[in-house]
Parts: sequence; C-alpha cells; structure tokens
Amino acid sequence: MISLKANNITAGYGGVDIINNLNLFVNEGEIVVIVGPNGAGKSTAMKALLGMLKLTDGSVSFAKDDITLMLPQDRVNLGIAFVPQSNNVFTGMTVEENLEMGGFIRSDDIKHTIEDIYNLFPILKEKRNQNAGELSGGQRQQVAFGRALMTKPKILMLDEPTAGVSPIVMDELFARIIEVGKTGVGILMVEQNAKQALNIADRGYVLVNGKHSREGSGQDLLNNPEVRKSFLGG
Amino acid sequence: MVDFINSIVVLLNFVIIPGLSYGSQLALGALGVTFVYAILRFANFAHGELMSFGAMITILFTWFFQSQNIGLGILPTALIALPFGILATIVLGLLSDKFVFKYYRKQKSVPVVLAMVSIGVMFVINAIVRIIIGPGDKKFFDGQKFIIKARQFKEITGLNEGLALKSSQVITILITIALLTFTFWFLQKTKTGKSMRAFSDNEDLALLSGINPDRVVFITWLIVGTLACVAGTLYGLDKSYQPIIYLNLVLPIFASAIVGGIGSPFGAVVGGYVIAFSEIMVTYAYKKFFKYLLPENLEPSSLVQLLSTDYKFAVSFTILVIVLLIRPSGIFRGKVL
Repeated sequence: MISLKANNITAGYGGVDIINNLNLFVNEGEIVVIVGPNGAGKSTAMKALLGMLKLTDGSVSFAKDDITLMLPQDRVNLGIAFVPQSNNVFTGMTVEENLEMGGFIRSDDIKHTIEDIYNLFPILKEKRNQNAGELSGGQRQQVAFGRALMTKPKILMLDEPTAGVSPIVMDELFARIIEVGKTGVGILMVEQNAKQALNIADRGYVLVNGKHSREGSGQDLLNNPEVRKSFLGG
Repeated sequence: MVDFINSIVVLLNFVIIPGLSYGSQLALGALGVTFVYAILRFANFAHGELMSFGAMITILFTWFFQSQNIGLGILPTALIALPFGILATIVLGLLSDKFVFKYYRKQKSVPVVLAMVSIGVMFVINAIVRIIIGPGDKKFFDGQKFIIKARQFKEITGLNEGLALKSSQVITILITIALLTFTFWFLQKTKTGKSMRAFSDNEDLALLSGINPDRVVFITWLIVGTLACVAGTLYGLDKSYQPIIYLNLVLPIFASAIVGGIGSPFGAVVGGYVIAFSEIMVTYAYKKFFKYLLPENLEPSSLVQLLSTDYKFAVSFTILVIVLLIRPSGIFRGKVL
C-alpha cells in the first residue's frame, strides 16, 4: 500500500515555525481530514507535504522514497495532486481545456479520463466549452477537483474544498469525494466544516498550534467531548 | 458615379492599403509585447530594438545574398534572408533572458523593476545595432517594387485617380495573415500552446499540473523572436530601415497592445490596426477626397487635415491616455496595468 507520510516535520514562513514536529500519513483509498482552529497550520502542513514550503526539520516520504527535497512539479509526476483553496482553475480557459491541462504530464490517451470526470460531474460536460471563470463557485470547485484527478493521482490533497459554497453544494462535493475515495485514491483534506468532514472521514487529525493534539477515526473524534467543545460547537 | 469611385480609390490608395500594411506591422509587434507581458509578466521596452536587430541581421544576409547573385526574381531577396534574421533574433532574446531577465525572475522582482531592466537592454541592443550597421538609412528592397503602378491603374480603368499597390504591402499583409493564423492555431489547438495559456492564466496551478516553466519561457522567446524579426523586417521593407525609427515605434506598439487589452493576443492584433488607422486617418489631408464628393462651390480650400504628419506619434499617445482613463483593461479585457 502506497502512502504519503510526514515524519516529524517542522516548517514555517520567514524563520517562524508554524508547524512543529508534525507526524501524519495518508494511505491509498483512505479519506483523512485535518481539522483545527484558524491559524493552527492546517494549510501550511499541506504546503509542506507538497514541497511548496521548505522544511526546517523532518522528512516527507512517498511509498518507500524520501521526497523531502523534490520539487512540487516532480511530486505531481509521482502521483500526488493538489487542489488549492483559491485560484484553483484556469479562468481564461474552457472547462475541457482545464481538464486537458490537468492531464498535461500524461503521454497516454486522456479522453477516457475526461469522460470519467464528466460522469462524476455531469454539469461539467454541459459546460465543457465555457470558460471556467464564468462558472459558479461550486462548479469551479468541481473543475478544480477534476483537473487534479486528470493526473490519475494516488494521493489527492484538497485545501478546504467546500470553502464559500452553499450547504447543498457542500453535501454534493462531499458525496463526490467519497466516490473518488472508493476508486482507491487516498484523500487528505483540510476542512473548516469539521463536523461534516469528520463524518465522511476514515481518520482525522486535530491540529492545534502546529501540532496534532489528537488522532483517531472520524467517529471517535466526533464523539470526543474535548474536540466537540473546542471545534464543533458543543 | 465616376467621382464617387475616384474618391474611393483615393481613400484606398492613401488610407486603407497603407493602414492595412502599417497595421499589420504594428499588430505583429504588439503581439510580441503582449506575449512577453502575459507570460514573463513585464512590459518589454526592448521589443522595438529586438525588431531593429532582426531587421538588421536580415539586411546583412540580404546584402550577402545579393553579392552572391542569389535572389528570388520579382520577390525581394530579404525573404531568403528572413529565416537567418529570425534565428539570430531568437538567440538574442534567449541570451537577454539568460543573462538579464532570468536573474530578476528568480528574485521574484516586481514587474516595474523588470520593465526598467528592459530599458537597459533596449539601450544595449540599440548600441550594438548602431555599431554594426550604423545609424544611417539603409535600403535593402529589391525585386519588383509595384504590383500595380498608379499610372497603369489609371490606364486600365480610365479613372482620374491612380491606385498604387506596392509588393511590400502585399507581402506584409500575406505574411501577417500566415503568421497570425499559425500563432492562434498554436495557442488554441496544440498542447504546448495551451500549456502556455495555462501558465499565463495561473502560474502556480500550471506548476501543480506539471507544466515546466523553463520550457514555457524558452518557447515564449522562440515566438517573440520570430514575431519581432518579421515585424521589423516588414517595416524596413515597406518604408526603409533606420535604427532611430524602431526606437520611435515602441510607442505605437505599446499603444496597440494596451488599446487591445494587454495580455490578450487577439486584442494586440486589433489594437495594431486601430492605432495604424487612427494615425493615418487623423494625419491624412482629405482635400482630394472631398473634391470628388462635394459640389464645386463647396470644395474645401484648405487641406482638410486634422493634424500635421509631424504629430503622428501624438495620436497613439492620445489614444493610449484615453484608453487608460476610460477602459484600462483595453478593448478585449486584458490585464489591468
């Protein structure tokens, strides 16, 4: 089983460490959620895993390889995909072109994958020739999701996929995430909507001050009184 | 009726055909500026000098071929020399990137710093060009100069007014159509072209999609070098080659790119024609045109010229200011400067 692992990583911006000695991992076919208060370092942890941020300590490994020093673009080739929270589509390009760019690194025929993604998100097929910049927030999120899936990733990282979308769209997106998880892709996501996210998660991490204070299955965390009190509103 | 046709011929001869060929030259120049702006993200003031350098190399090769008696018959020898000019311009663009622009890109300098740096590059290329070919006026056009001469046209049609069609104008328009078609096809249909649009659209996301930024920069200079050399050579063929003119061309070229919407390739092309026609229409003396259209007693006694041709550059400058005030994103909604 392939997994992406952070081993005791420490990282931050401009000499200030935001995450300290963080350990986490995500396996293929697993949905893992990172929750925590604002400023806990959730997104920073994602960036450190992707190589968009230099580590001051610790290492990142993928399968059996140490990838700590690898460039983000090379990690894409390994099978790690990332959907940023904002600016996550090519606004001046059509939906279909967005998906094609997602499949840029592939040399095989990408048509089937595009069809798969249209089956997953039927609305995208309808809007295939429309510029991604003209779509609604929820639809854009689907394009961003689709673009990342085009690389046929083994591990997919999502930074707040439901930020700024309506509750109905949020449920819809979570349903899609579960569907993708079932195909064997490992999903690591940071979420503000902690309750809903933990509901669909296999495992979760609660991050406080750049350290994970608790780890457990989604249900365990949801039922933990301390976690409930501090992040889930009782 | 004959008067009406005569007036149209006057307009074609002095406004429309020159406008189309000058517009094509500006369009190709503005397209190069827009490419650098959209992908490397700075205003490249050295673009005019890149055009000048390309034209110079083409001239040197033209002279060489002429001395070897290699030619194309009725077509100008410069067309055989053009590929060599393009190659040299691409190399110069890549070298300026490697030794100058790359450093500031890696430093993540703000665009205005890169624009200032490009002014430095502009002076350096300008000096190189003057050292090699000198500041004077250079003619390199050969082959058949006119497709139709004004006198021939009068004889054939029996009209009062002549229509002269220079072969350099037709060559300019044909090459522009071919090059624009290829560029737009490349951007819209090829994987590499799309990856360049993606890089221009959202650099971080392009990296996350595995698009190699060094390759995008390399291809940008291939395209920019080609466009600059062709634009510079066509301008030199059509008018004449003189280094100082290319320094002056930077203003109408930037005006074209900005009017069309900088960063938008289609906008750059449209902007080129808008600026060219404005310059020519505002500085053309319409006396002859009205002579044919109006009854004798209303015939204008003055030249009916809005501005003297000396103020040609003021036209692009004025349009530039108006566009920046009213619609800073340009006609086709490029990036706001």
